[in-house]
Amino acid sequence: MRIGRTAQAALATVSTLTLLVIYLPLLVVFINSFSTSLSLSWPPPGLTTQWWERAANSEGARAAVATSVGIALLATAMALVLGTLVAIALQRFDFFGRQTVNLLVILPIALPGIVTGIALNNFFRTILGVPLSIWTLVVAHATFCIVTVFNNAVARLRRTGTRLEEASSDLGAGIWTTFRLVTFPQLRSALLAGGLLAFALSFDEIIVTTFTAGSGVTTLPIFILNNMFRPNQAPVVAVIAVVMVIVSVIPIYLAQRLSSADVDHR
Amino acid sequence: MNALLSPGLGRRTSSFLATHSRARLALVLIAPLTWLVVVYVVALALLLVTALWRVDGYTGQISPSWTLDNIRTVVTGSLYQTVTLRTVGVAVVVTVVDVLIALPIAFYMAKVASPRARRLLVIATLMPLWASYLVKAYAWRSLLSEQGLLNWVLAPTGLQGPGYGLTAAIITLSYLWLPYVILPIYAGLEKVPDSLIEASSDLGASTWRTLGSVVLPLTTPAIIAGTIFSFSLSLGDYITVTIVGGTSQVLGNLVYTNVGAANNLPLAAAIALVPIVIIFGYLALVRRTGALDNL
Repeated sequence: MRIGRTAQAALATVSTLTLLVIYLPLLVVFINSFSTSLSLSWPPPGLTTQWWERAANSEGARAAVATSVGIALLATAMALVLGTLVAIALQRFDFFGRQTVNLLVILPIALPGIVTGIALNNFFRTILGVPLSIWTLVVAHATFCIVTVFNNAVARLRRTGTRLEEASSDLGAGIWTTFRLVTFPQLRSALLAGGLLAFALSFDEIIVTTFTAGSGVTTLPIFILNNMFRPNQAPVVAVIAVVMVIVSVIPIYLAQRLSSADVDHR
Repeated sequence: MNALLSPGLGRRTSSFLATHSRARLALVLIAPLTWLVVVYVVALALLLVTALWRVDGYTGQISPSWTLDNIRTVVTGSLYQTVTLRTVGVAVVVTVVDVLIALPIAFYMAKVASPRARRLLVIATLMPLWASYLVKAYAWRSLLSEQGLLNWVLAPTGLQGPGYGLTAAIITLSYLWLPYVILPIYAGLEKVPDSLIEASSDLGASTWRTLGSVVLPLTTPAIIAGTIFSFSLSLGDYITVTIVGGTSQVLGNLVYTNVGAANNLPLAAAIALVPIVIIFGYLALVRRTGALDNL
């Protein structure tokens, strides 16, 4: 297939336009965070840094960040353990029901968030009689974070193969030693990438969160949502939005680097 | 406890496990499987059970006595039928829009751009879109507002933006799920061997013929994988509709109101069964295409 010059140019133009549309809204939020207009009217009538100061001094925002970080750390830790185990099971063993287990891991993100949210809400409140709290939220987040760890670990296990592990056991290492000295070091950067994505996923989640968080638990997304509709808070929300983009782009960028470094080293 | 941790026992379990692969599998699989089954599968199954319960009219408590009323209400109630049609309609439009936008850029990244440009493009496309759900919805809220950028740009032409409503929701949702559609399509296109494409054109096929008869069929599972994400995510979303959708209601709003304000979990559960049935139907429909392996 020879892609003619015109076609190439057309594709390049469309791709550039798509990228522009992708970045434009984020740019507008950035500019809005400096606007003197409370109603975010465009173009901004004037520029100010007062919203950034107000956001930096906002007790509520800081508490919400702390809550979100704590929950994301706990959920990521759980997802790391469970995701790695299930990845080893599916990639290193052949057993009946393998496809079903595979589907089970994907299901919490393949089904709409509202389904996951209400199913867990109902499970905790009606069936178990447990009041919603920070812990029900952690359990919910860990459940849908498993898949990102799993995806990264499975890809790595598939690539590394079993030769080194077999060599290790031929040389007399027990299975613990083999895991500690061979399997785990090979997995390490993939787990870091998966963990970072799981953290970002949990940090940003809103739908499952509104259904499984106790009434006193305010994560950053919940804080933003609560303040978005208050007219005199709009610019502060814009500030938090900008900070969130910057903060969540870092783990995703790092994860991307870690996974692609992986491909280059092959 | 000490005896359990003694090196002798450790070595013995190790050699036992080394020769018994079933035991090894059980050891690895037991924790994640228990978690996923207990927390997720059981919760889903109990959602179905709850949909068959009722709320006591006097106490407001859920009483575990069987009734088909909730299901009947959802299936026959005109409100639920309208909202279901609207939600599915939005999800279909969002999915079509996303595939149409994703195909050219994914193709450009996978088959036209140089390897270096490709890597940059992948990062440039995916990073801001993965960044944050609420930020993006909020960005569109400000773009589409009465005095927002869109109306400002359109003003000289005498036109007006859509304002808040269903159209705004469709625009925002398409924007939100775009990376989930681009990514699998790009991965699928990357896997199409260049040699096949060259062979096709050596045999005299035109560009369009090659695209239609070679590239497209090989990429179909990846495209369908992308549609699963955009379709499923749109079906379950209600926050975007709250932010830019004006007064429009989708299934998610109804579930949310019934869990919170109305405190009618059985009815909420029954409503939630609608997207579950639709998604499972869709998954069953596309299972044979191999799309699920591309997720």
